[in-house]
Amino acid sequence: MFAINDTPIDPSELRRHMAEPAAGGFCVFEGWVRNENDDRPVERLEYEAYAPLCVVEGEAVLEEARQRFGILDARCQHRTGLLEIGDCAVWIGVAAAHRDEAFKACRYIIDEIKVRLPIWKKEHYVDGPSEWVNCERCGKHQVARPSD
Amino acid sequence: MKSIRVRYFAMFREAAGIDEETVELEAATTADVFEQLRHRHGSSEPPAHCKVAVNDAMANWQTPVADGDTVLLFPPVAGG
Repeated sequence: MFAINDTPIDPSELRRHMAEPAAGGFCVFEGWVRNENDDRPVERLEYEAYAPLCVVEGEAVLEEARQRFGILDARCQHRTGLLEIGDCAVWIGVAAAHRDEAFKACRYIIDEIKVRLPIWKKEHYVDGPSEWVNCERCGKHQVARPSD
Repeated sequence: MKSIRVRYFAMFREAAGIDEETVELEAATTADVFEQLRHRHGSSEPPAHCKVAVNDAMANWQTPVADGDTVLLFPPVAGG
């Protein structure tokens, strides 16, 4: 199950839904809001997403993980909106018979989610204007003007 | 000419100053739409760094566009 919304992530609640008698390994990845990026102090993060396609693509990633690694269950929840330092931005849980496939599937899911889902992150810095991450060449100031 | 509804997200939306618009374009593919609207989304990113969807399905830059389609222009993603 993949979900994306603007409410705080509750890891214990998500974990509770993954109880699985056949599971011998349970692996969790939590992505947290860090207080710096590229040596710039970060005050908070803002996530924007196109939820309808995030859900479609997110469910596809979870299904791929099930097929590839033969795991018992996988869930993921991602945040949108304004997040403070230390907040959980993404939670991934994988239950499997053994640890090896649980670790591998968890890694696969976070790696794919980062590059495939329509989610954008704006960093609000302590010392300057906010910037969208991964979009150095975006923005009107980059467009050649007729007078240039 | 085709009538295409275009939706802008994140930094593209901020650069365009609008969420969406309907434009009349001579466009065969999503790549044509992206190129012809550079003055709007303000990006010098190569399309390969960005993503695109047509009518709420993930697409690529060779995907054909038809009259009446909705094209969603996604700047470089940064989830997780």
